[in-house]
Amino acid sequence: MTVTDPLRTAPPHRRRGRNRRPAWEEPPSTAGQVFRGGVLTGVVLAVLVPLWVVLVTSLASRQTINEAGGLVLVPREIDFSAYRAIFAGGLVTQALWISTLITVAGTAVSLVLTVLAAYGLSRPGSVAHRGLLFYFLLTFLIYPGMVPSYLVVTGLGLKNEIWALVLPTAISVFNLVVVRAFFQNIPAELLDSARIDGAGEFRILARIVLPLSRAVIAVVGLFYAVGYWNVWFNALLYIDDNSKFPIQRVLQSFILAGQSPNNAGTLGVSMPPTLAIKMAVVVVTVSPIVLVYPFVQRHFVKGVIIGAVKG
Amino acid sequence: MSTRETTRAGGTGDDRSRPPGGYPSATVGADRLAAPGSGPDRGTAGVGRTDRDSAPVRHGRFRRRRGRAGRAPLRARLRRDWPLLVMVAPAGLLLLVFHYLPTLGNVVAFQDYNPYAGDTPLAAFLHSPWIGTTHFETLFGDPAFWDALRNTLAITAFQLVFYFPLPIVLAIMLHNILSPRLRGFVQTVVYLPHFFSWVLVVTFFVQMFGGAGLLAQEMRDVGLEPWNIMSNPDTFIVLVTAETVWKDVGWGTIVFLAALSTIDPHLYEASAVDGASRWKRLWHVTLPGLRPVIVLLLILRLGDALSVGFEQFMLQRDAVGRQAAEVLDTFVYYNSITTGNYGYGAAAGLFKAVVGLVLILAANRFAHALGERGVYSRS
Repeated sequence: MTVTDPLRTAPPHRRRGRNRRPAWEEPPSTAGQVFRGGVLTGVVLAVLVPLWVVLVTSLASRQTINEAGGLVLVPREIDFSAYRAIFAGGLVTQALWISTLITVAGTAVSLVLTVLAAYGLSRPGSVAHRGLLFYFLLTFLIYPGMVPSYLVVTGLGLKNEIWALVLPTAISVFNLVVVRAFFQNIPAELLDSARIDGAGEFRILARIVLPLSRAVIAVVGLFYAVGYWNVWFNALLYIDDNSKFPIQRVLQSFILAGQSPNNAGTLGVSMPPTLAIKMAVVVVTVSPIVLVYPFVQRHFVKGVIIGAVKG
Repeated sequence: MSTRETTRAGGTGDDRSRPPGGYPSATVGADRLAAPGSGPDRGTAGVGRTDRDSAPVRHGRFRRRRGRAGRAPLRARLRRDWPLLVMVAPAGLLLLVFHYLPTLGNVVAFQDYNPYAGDTPLAAFLHSPWIGTTHFETLFGDPAFWDALRNTLAITAFQLVFYFPLPIVLAIMLHNILSPRLRGFVQTVVYLPHFFSWVLVVTFFVQMFGGAGLLAQEMRDVGLEPWNIMSNPDTFIVLVTAETVWKDVGWGTIVFLAALSTIDPHLYEASAVDGASRWKRLWHVTLPGLRPVIVLLLILRLGDALSVGFEQFMLQRDAVGRQAAEVLDTFVYYNSITTGNYGYGAAAGLFKAVVGLVLILAANRFAHALGERGVYSRS
C-alpha cells in the first residue's frame, strides 16, 4: 500500500505565478518599493541586531568591552572565557540541566497524551464523543485563576518538585485541537482498510496515523518544547530551591534583578567580565530555540494553518 | 454544542471536514462495505452534513438493525470504542485535576481561607470559615484594584490601536514579495521572537534601551543625555506595546497570510483590467478578503480585554512601579501569593474570569448579529 501525505497531494496553488509578476500588474513605483524595502529591512534588523550584539559581547574580551564602553557591536576576537565560566558548574550549569530535563521529559509526556487524546476525539459518532469534546473545549472559556491552581499544585505536594513545571501545563487544548484537525484530514479509507485487516485502534494510530502526521507532530512538539524551555512564572510560584531553578529563572535573577552571575567572586582578576558572562547566559538561553526552530518552521503553514484556519 | 474550535479562523465545522460516513460502516461488518452505494456515499458525505447525522449512513437496511436514532446499541458501541476512551482518559484526567478542580477551588473567594488551618490546602479549606462576599466588598473598595483595572483596559485599548493593525500591514507586505526565497527568509526571521520567553524579550530591551544599554551608550558617546525608557512609568504603555510588537508582530502575520492566499487571484486580475489601481485593489479586493479573519481576531481580543499578558508585567513592575505596571493578573499575585491572603486574590481572579467569560460571550453574540462567524457557533 502506498501511503501519500494527504496534504502534499493538494493542488499547488502557490506555485502559479508567484515567482513572476503577472502580466496585468503594473510595475511598482520607485517610492513604493523603497518604502517597502525599508520597512522589511528594518523589521529584519530589529530582530537580528539584538541577537548579534548579545552574541558578540559574550565573546568579547575585557579590553574590548572596556573600550566599547559596554556592549560590543563589532567583533574583534573570540574569547570563550565567559562560556567556560558558566559551564564550570554552579548555578547556570545546573539550571541548564534542569531545563533540559523538563523540556525533554515534558515534551514527551505532552506529545504522547495529546496525540492519544486527539486520536480518541477524532471520530464523530463514537461513544460520548460530543460530551468529551465539550469537556475539552470548555477549558477555552472557563479557566481557573492563579490562586486555586497554586493551592491545588501545592496541595498535591508538588512544591519544589520539577513536576510542578510539567504536569499543570502538560495538555494544551489548543495543540490538541490542531492535532485532531490534522488527524481528521487523513482519508477515512486508509483507517477503514486497516480495520478490516484486523488492526486495533492503537495499531492504527501507531502504524498509519502517526507516520502521516510528522508535520503536525513536529510543530506541536516545538510548541510544547518551547513552552517548557521558557517556563518562568510557574518556577517563581512553585520552586524556591535554587538548585532546581530552570534557566529562565536564573536569567531573570541575574540580569533583571541584578544579582551576580557567579557566586564564586573569589577568582579575582582572572574572571571574565560580568557583562560577557551575562550575555553568555542570554546566548545559551536563546540558542536551543534559534537552532531548532528553523527546521520546524517549514511545517508551520501545513501544521498550524490546517489546524488553525480550517479547524 | 458550542465550540470555539469550529470557527477558529472561519473554516467549516471541522467535524465535517472528514467524510464521516466511513467510520461506523467498517465496524458494523464487512457486509456493509460490500453493499453497493457505500462508495460514493463516502466520497461526498463531507458536503452539507452535520455532526449529528454523521454517524450512521442512512440506508434503510441498516437503520433497522441499529435501533434507536439509527445508532448501534450502546453496548456494541462501547465494545467498538473502548480503545478511544482509554486514549482520551489520561489527558482528561490531567485536565480534571489541574483545570476543573482549581476552577471549583475558586470558592475560596467566599472563605476567610487560612493556609495554616490544616496540614494540607484541602484540610485548611475544610477548616476555614465562610464569609460570603466580604472579599468582593473589600475588593471593590480597594483603589489599587481600580488602578489595576484601569491600567489593564488602557493597555488593551492602546494595543488595539497601535498593535492590532501591524500584523495585517506586514502580512500584505510579505505576501507581495515575489521571490519565494527572500520571503521565506524574512518570515523565518520575523517569526523567531515569538518563541522567546518574556524574560528574554525584556532582557533584550534592557540591553538595547536600558540605562546601561546600547542606545544610552551610543548617546553618551556623541554627547547626548541618555534617556532610559525602561524605568519611566509615563511611557510604560508605549514600552510594553513595543515589546509586544517585537515579539509577536511576525507570528501574527501567519493567519493573515493564510487568508491572503485564499483570495482568488482572478479578482485582482479582473479589477486591474477594469482599471483599479494598486490602492484600489487593496481596498476593494484584499481587505474584504481579510475581513472575516480581522473580525474574528478583533472579537477574540475584545473578549480577552482583561488579559494583557502577565509575565511581561511581572518582570517590569519593579522597574517602573506599581502605579503604572499593575494589571489585574499582577494584582492577584501581589495580593495573594506574596501576602498569604488567598481568599482575597481568588476573589480578584474570579472577578476577572467571570467578566472575561461574559465579554467573550457578548462579543460573539455581537459578531453573529453583524452576520459574521463568531468565535464559536452552535452546531
